[in-house]
Amino acid sequence: MATPENRRAHWRANLRILATLLVIWAFVSFGCAIFLADTLDGIRIGGFKLGFWMAQQGAIYVFVGIIVYYVWRMNKLDRDYDVHED
Amino acid sequence: MSVTAWTYLIVGASFALYLYIAYRSRAGTTSEFYVSGGGVKPIHNGMATAADWMSAASFISMAGIISFMGRDGGVYLMGWTGGYVLLALLLAPYLRKFGKFTVPDFVGDRYYSQVARIVAVLCAIMVSFTYVAGQMRGVGIVFSRFLQVDITMGVIIGTGIVFIYAVAGGMKGITYTQVAQYCVLIFAFLVPAIFLAMMMTGNVFPQLGFGGTLTDGSGEYLLDRLDGLNTALGFAAYTEGVRPVIDVAAITMALMVGTAGLPHVIVRFYTVPNVRGARSSAGWALLFIAILYTTAPAIAAFARTNLLQTVDNAPYAEVPGWFHNWEDTGLLQFEDKNGDGLIQYYNDANPDPAFQAAAAAKGWAGNELTIDRDIIVLANPEIAQLPNWVIGLVAAGGLAAALSTAAGLLLVISTSFAHDLVKRCINPNISEKGELRCARIAAAGAVFVAAYFGINPPGFVAQVVAFAFGLAAASFFPAILMGIFQKRMNREGAVTGMIVGLIFTASYISYFKFINPDANNAAHWWFGISPEGIGTLGMLINFVVSQVVSAFTPAPPAAVQEEVENIRTPRQIRG
Repeated sequence: MATPENRRAHWRANLRILATLLVIWAFVSFGCAIFLADTLDGIRIGGFKLGFWMAQQGAIYVFVGIIVYYVWRMNKLDRDYDVHED
Repeated sequence: MSVTAWTYLIVGASFALYLYIAYRSRAGTTSEFYVSGGGVKPIHNGMATAADWMSAASFISMAGIISFMGRDGGVYLMGWTGGYVLLALLLAPYLRKFGKFTVPDFVGDRYYSQVARIVAVLCAIMVSFTYVAGQMRGVGIVFSRFLQVDITMGVIIGTGIVFIYAVAGGMKGITYTQVAQYCVLIFAFLVPAIFLAMMMTGNVFPQLGFGGTLTDGSGEYLLDRLDGLNTALGFAAYTEGVRPVIDVAAITMALMVGTAGLPHVIVRFYTVPNVRGARSSAGWALLFIAILYTTAPAIAAFARTNLLQTVDNAPYAEVPGWFHNWEDTGLLQFEDKNGDGLIQYYNDANPDPAFQAAAAAKGWAGNELTIDRDIIVLANPEIAQLPNWVIGLVAAGGLAAALSTAAGLLLVISTSFAHDLVKRCINPNISEKGELRCARIAAAGAVFVAAYFGINPPGFVAQVVAFAFGLAAASFFPAILMGIFQKRMNREGAVTGMIVGLIFTASYISYFKFINPDANNAAHWWFGISPEGIGTLGMLINFVVSQVVSAFTPAPPAAVQEEVENIRTPRQIRG
């Protein structure tokens, strides 16, 4: 039932999801691949130094994952609060 | 068959395909012309968005730029993909619910102001024109390199093709041609990459071969070999960062936020049927973009390794054929400064005295090889000795990338004029047919102006694209974001913020790039941020100014605030 309280709760849940995902987004890009890149370079995976790999590939994979999760999670949220499109 | 014959064949076939699709997708209403009737399936929309986004720069230049920048090349990789996360999470679904045709439409309605609409229209047109000049130039260059057609003719042919499907089909024609163009460009990008990955590291996936070992018997990791090659020649190790971290962060942020603020990208989310479609379309778009963007750094590393191993102190008389082919185009220039008949390619500006002493001891007299970055992708098939049809394919792919982006940009210019200026400001009583005619005329006009800039480009095309991102970051992104998430943000705040952000960013970039380029170095930059990264600061200034101004001016009308609440839920809820 889409009452005003319902919609407010839905919006707050929406914001929480966004906040979490944006923290991850910032962490892999600005965190791992930029500010911590030199430190992470100490770890090697195959031919890759980790900081370098994050900057050139890893961050992109995480971005795709973030959006995929977001799509699934928001569709579920909309159904839970009965505000989804038909 | 010769390279030229293959190229004509493959490029010709791709053009025929685009024209056929254009014929099938003729637009009959303004809704079809502006947003393809809102009926594009998310997966198709994702492919179209990916093609729209990936311009000639992504296809031809990016791998080359990364091969020269090493780890710092990540600013482009992360900047241009990270923005999609912002789009998907913060903008696309809400804009789709708001349901307008264009970005200036959203700004004008959300901020209940014709001034805001006009500022937005001007920004959209400025950003799009600067971008499209670069694309048409790219079209001309691909034609001249591969088809032996002179650049002017190449621009005219490319413009002609775009004219047909953009003017006839509007967004509908453009969307479905972009789907085809995505298929062409991704195939053209991956084929040489896969061949190279197999040849050099024995791995069919370029992304994995990137971290693999070389097949030349040494068992050494590719990246370690590349680091060694780079440092031996006085360059920084490939896997290490060179630029100061604060600038890297600022540029990455400016590119991410700028991406999320580009009108021709945002408008792609109006063409899906509903909010759910907008979300999943963003996911598909990033997936399709990521296929190219995770392959590009691999190509960059393979190609640079190949290049260094081929030219390092090689006798000029014995270089492979491709070397001379590309010398003829001017992308490669050799000058034997010490007359020893060998090619010395190294960093003669290296400040380390030990390196300079060792170079002098070997009889080196300065760097002898000038390499244009574009060679990394364009010459790759030849360097890897791939069959001629692959080269034709790369040409078709580069053209697909340039034309798809050009079309998207031209549509923004056309709709900004016909819908945002004419229909919403100047002549609101214009009929549907009249508006459609106006949009077609505007598209045609924009095509001609773009062709002009393609033939006579301002000398600073690449800088001008950085300009476009900085402006989008400092003007559109904050205004749209606040419009969605902050009910209280009003017209006075948003408009002031946009104008201040715009003027600040434009001035900073103009100063360092055009007015006083000699001062364009870290010693003179504010906070150590380059012109490429200043959009980040412009964005922050926009936010701050908007907040301050809106605190002292009236809140938006209740109807607007209610609309902002409405866009937070996918379903239309009344009462």
